[in-house]
Amino acid sequence: MGALFLRDVRLGLRAGGGALVGILFFLAVIAVVPFGVGPDLKLLARIGAAMLWIGALLATLLGLDRLFQADRDDGSLDLLIMAADRHMLALTILVKCLAHWTVSVLPLVIASPLLGLFMNMEPAAIGATALTLLVGTPAITLIGAVGAAVAVSLPRGGLLVSVIILPLTIPVLIFGVSASYGAVEDPAPFLAPFLILAAITLFFAVLGPVAAAAALRSSAD
Amino acid sequence: MRLIAENLGGERGGELLFSGLHFAVSSGEALMVTGPNGSGKSTLLRIIAGLLVQAEGMLRLEGTPDAFEGLAAAAHYLGHLNAMKPVLSVDENLHFWQSFNGRGQYSIAEALEYVSLGEIGHLPFGYLSTGQKRRVSIARLLVSDRPVWLLDEPTAGLDKASETQFTGLMRGHLTSGGIIVAATHLPLGLEGSNELALGAAS
Repeated sequence: MGALFLRDVRLGLRAGGGALVGILFFLAVIAVVPFGVGPDLKLLARIGAAMLWIGALLATLLGLDRLFQADRDDGSLDLLIMAADRHMLALTILVKCLAHWTVSVLPLVIASPLLGLFMNMEPAAIGATALTLLVGTPAITLIGAVGAAVAVSLPRGGLLVSVIILPLTIPVLIFGVSASYGAVEDPAPFLAPFLILAAITLFFAVLGPVAAAAALRSSAD
Repeated sequence: MRLIAENLGGERGGELLFSGLHFAVSSGEALMVTGPNGSGKSTLLRIIAGLLVQAEGMLRLEGTPDAFEGLAAAAHYLGHLNAMKPVLSVDENLHFWQSFNGRGQYSIAEALEYVSLGEIGHLPFGYLSTGQKRRVSIARLLVSDRPVWLLDEPTAGLDKASETQFTGLMRGHLTSGGIIVAATHLPLGLEGSNELALGAAS
């Protein structure tokens, strides 16, 4: 399993891995928001957490369709499925998701404080947003694994994957943003939505790989 | 160890390709699956590998060595695709499959030596020629120990010398008590192997 994690991380970082696409997209989205919204610093600060979350959500969706398709194209997926007696397929998928998250999503989380400055957010809000992104984005990747597994045999499944999983990621977005606001706006709670966010991630850490494994098994041809 | 199929039938896209297949392959034996294009050779191999579900019949491996839990776990599958990443080096690719599949047999350097590619382990897989890629893929069979080899057109893209070499590797596998099921158009040069002709009757 360690070998699979290392391989996927290496693949993501080498040329053509696409790890940079997500972060560039994230940078582009957040960098243009102040131009679109105008120089109202208060407004920017207020929508900052939400914009960071939406940008991170969309950037996370970008590379997800290749999660299994690259392995399918070169025949590796067959061998991963055949090894299911040795490595439970759901576990294999979980490791692939973790590697994908480490390479393509973790950089977004790391870059988010810098982008928070673009949005004139105060330090507490920036910290809370980065923390909620850290806890919440794995759920998006894990939900995405199900969509990627369903669409694995389709040649242009990219958009379909996003359409399938976007509705399922809405709760992540809602609780992520409300926890970020809760950290700075007094009456709103921080801990409750944050814990729900963590629960969503844990829930999909179990359900996502199992569902994706079932989808991959039935799509083998 | 004995691979047994009883009344096996396979379909693809709802169309029955073959049915009523009976065969048994014992340790040290090879089965050559022949037949025209579309007769279901690859489908049969994928069914044996557990990647497709058979339409009917039974398939089992009797006397599986203790280390393996089932047929799919005891089998190496060499399909049309090489299952290697172009951007990783040959060594990295083989190293991954060795640690993922476990039960290391030959070291990566030895396995590459067996397919006469000892010098190119450091190159990215994508730089290799078609035949060299195939030979790296064959080396994958050697780095982890599996008693059953399922080979789909294993010699596609190989030159004469490599074919002979591969025949030697297959012979070695059979001598050590392995089983080979190969779909092929060309004779693989294994004497005493049984032949299963698909699509001949219709």
